[in-house]
Amino acid sequence: MKRKTLALAVLATVAVAGAAEARDQIRIVGSSTVYPFATTVAEQFGKTTKFKTPVIESTGSGGGLKLFCSGVGVEHPDITNASRAIKKSEVERCHKNGVTDITEIKIGYDGIVLANSKAAPKMKITRQQLFMALAKDVPAGEGKLQPNPYKMWSDVDPSLPKTRIEVLGPPPTSGTRDAFAELALEGGCKKIGWIKAMKKQDKKKYKAICHSIREDGAYVEAGENDVLIVRKLEANPEAFGVFGFSFLDQNADKVQGSLVDGVAPEFENIASGKYPVSRPLFFYVKKAHAGTIPGIAGYIKEFTSEKAWGPDGYLTDKGLIPMPDAERMKYRKDGAGLNNNIMM
Amino acid sequence: MSNAVATDVQVAPNMNGSPRNASEAVAKSLKRRYAAEKRFRAYGLVAIIFAALCLAILLVTIVGKGYSAFTQTMIRLDITLYPQDIDPDGTRDPDVLSTANYQKLVKQAVQDLFPEVTNRRERRHLQEIISPGATYHIRDAVLEDTSLIGQRLVIEVPVSDDLDQFNKGFISGDVPEVERRVSDKQIAWFNRLKDRGVIISTFNTTLFTAGDSREPELAGIWGAVVGSFFTMAVTLLLSFPLAVGAAVYLEEFAPKNRWTDLIEVNINNLAAVPSIVFGLLGLAVFINFFGLPRSAPVVGGMVLALMTLPTIIIAARAALKAVPPSIREGAFGIGASPIQVVTHHVLPLAMPGILTGTIIGMAQALGETAPLLMIGMVAFIVDIPGGPLDPSTVLPVQIYLWSDAPERAFEERASAAIMVLLGFLIMMNAIAVVLRKRFERRW
Repeated sequence: MKRKTLALAVLATVAVAGAAEARDQIRIVGSSTVYPFATTVAEQFGKTTKFKTPVIESTGSGGGLKLFCSGVGVEHPDITNASRAIKKSEVERCHKNGVTDITEIKIGYDGIVLANSKAAPKMKITRQQLFMALAKDVPAGEGKLQPNPYKMWSDVDPSLPKTRIEVLGPPPTSGTRDAFAELALEGGCKKIGWIKAMKKQDKKKYKAICHSIREDGAYVEAGENDVLIVRKLEANPEAFGVFGFSFLDQNADKVQGSLVDGVAPEFENIASGKYPVSRPLFFYVKKAHAGTIPGIAGYIKEFTSEKAWGPDGYLTDKGLIPMPDAERMKYRKDGAGLNNNIMM
Repeated sequence: MSNAVATDVQVAPNMNGSPRNASEAVAKSLKRRYAAEKRFRAYGLVAIIFAALCLAILLVTIVGKGYSAFTQTMIRLDITLYPQDIDPDGTRDPDVLSTANYQKLVKQAVQDLFPEVTNRRERRHLQEIISPGATYHIRDAVLEDTSLIGQRLVIEVPVSDDLDQFNKGFISGDVPEVERRVSDKQIAWFNRLKDRGVIISTFNTTLFTAGDSREPELAGIWGAVVGSFFTMAVTLLLSFPLAVGAAVYLEEFAPKNRWTDLIEVNINNLAAVPSIVFGLLGLAVFINFFGLPRSAPVVGGMVLALMTLPTIIIAARAALKAVPPSIREGAFGIGASPIQVVTHHVLPLAMPGILTGTIIGMAQALGETAPLLMIGMVAFIVDIPGGPLDPSTVLPVQIYLWSDAPERAFEERASAAIMVLLGFLIMMNAIAVVLRKRFERRW
């Protein structure tokens, strides 16, 4: 009994002492899309400097910003990764909790691809066809909607293959899903005249029409695990999958990306902005932590160096699509000065 | 079965009261009963065969995928360690040595393998056959023995993960060039190097000594193993004494009333609570309220201790119950106090059972990921944790992270990590079996 009490007491003291101690390691949270890039930079940073390797958690963009904006102090993360820009409501939350100076650094682009097995023919699709195939409600004549009746791709457009519509994609919690809905579906949705006109009058309804994905089994939520989607596509040549470009890049012998609006999801096309379904990736830095947590400036410097995010950098090897020179210059400067560059 | 017999026999005498008719009825139904018996056995056998088959498939796929991760393709490089590149002032200061530009030396050494490659683009392409980790290998060699500076060093460094996969046959050279991660040129270079005998396949020690990495050929499970060790240590330290204390009190001292009944029901219910709930509790109480650090094994251990407590309490109570009352009565009879009865007689006799329950509870905790997700232990952590307060991850989390990584070489490493985890679990269960066999007493 005595020994037990002693052990508990020792543990409690150690625990409390540890919590009070200052942190000497950068803590990063956020998007699972940025995670492969951030971890690569963190490892490089840890191995080439005297600082400890930053700890990176993959929490999703929204979850990361929530943690990031919860306050200033060692118990809160220093940096959050995001596969979308910070929202106004999130900035307000940050300000309310004392996180006033935030530096936004755009790191590059990521393409979202619609891919299928190599065993099946490559598909050519437009964003409008994609919207018609995957939206929850599709227009039936001027101003009218009907629940999505299409079962086969060829029902949407005779030029598409005569196979059942089956798309595996990320769940609603994922930033990839948000971006896919915004870029691919809304991109196709607003080509329909009367829906586009609605954007000005009833923005909420417009968004509901354009961003809702059908729930009748044609779109299968396959979890956040993109490797799993690639494997399922291999097993089922009739199915399509939605995931990030880096997974297509690593598995080019098993799956192929569909042409969207006639553009193939290739490195050059995404970098030049020709491929329509691509989005910027970011990370956000808490300026208040730069003085207390060692290594933040060094981490930013490593991330924004040419050998990391440049056109020949090691991040392109991991699937990051680099930004044009001028943009890289701008964000490198913002990062070096930790400028508060969020205008809201 | 016995029911059927009973009715058959009963019905017969009621109909005409003669025993002969009864045995006739039995004889008639005999064939049917034998058939039912056979069927019943067949069901059991099918169930066992099905389970064994599933297990075999699982093991075969894991081992089949993972065994190749235990070897690593290396290349023997001939590097000249020019002092002007490593230590221009000749100070041998470790700070200077560790930040020197070894990459330049590696690049030169790779270039020397194929001096005919001069085109800038192709030279870059050639450099990709070496793992970016090669520079660290050389740095470590220099830091270990500074007298190497200025000399020629023949060192084995890993090739890139793509070529490693190619060498192991996971990337086929037959598919069109654009569809694979290694180009025709790289394959040609690689084959020439193989002919020269500088490509070797060695045991993958990195897998067992390194922490996590984004480069598959540099990634290892040691960080996760150490993290698992600290987590389990905290779990054991907390849950074992608490659980044994609770079990002894409930079994030996507590009065039987409505309160102890309520506690008992709750303990049994807690054993069935999904583990993620404990994770949420850990986040709310240990991290947000007490301000303990995120991602630390101490918090992970506390959460898992909560999770294993009911398992150990239930096992310990069963073990205490199995000690016959005569032992207690005998001890009381020669004048032992209640605490002496428990600590000198009952507890030592119940210990094998308690330990078995503890080990099984710990094995369960070792394989747990869900509650750790909430407290930040599912993270990319490169540094090997030095104590229970350093950020760390655990083995099953490492497996989860690797199985989600885009690089294909991580797939075999995830399977290898599963094999290691299974090894630990089998070992723990074997210890439980041995304890039971050696020390358990029957009355």
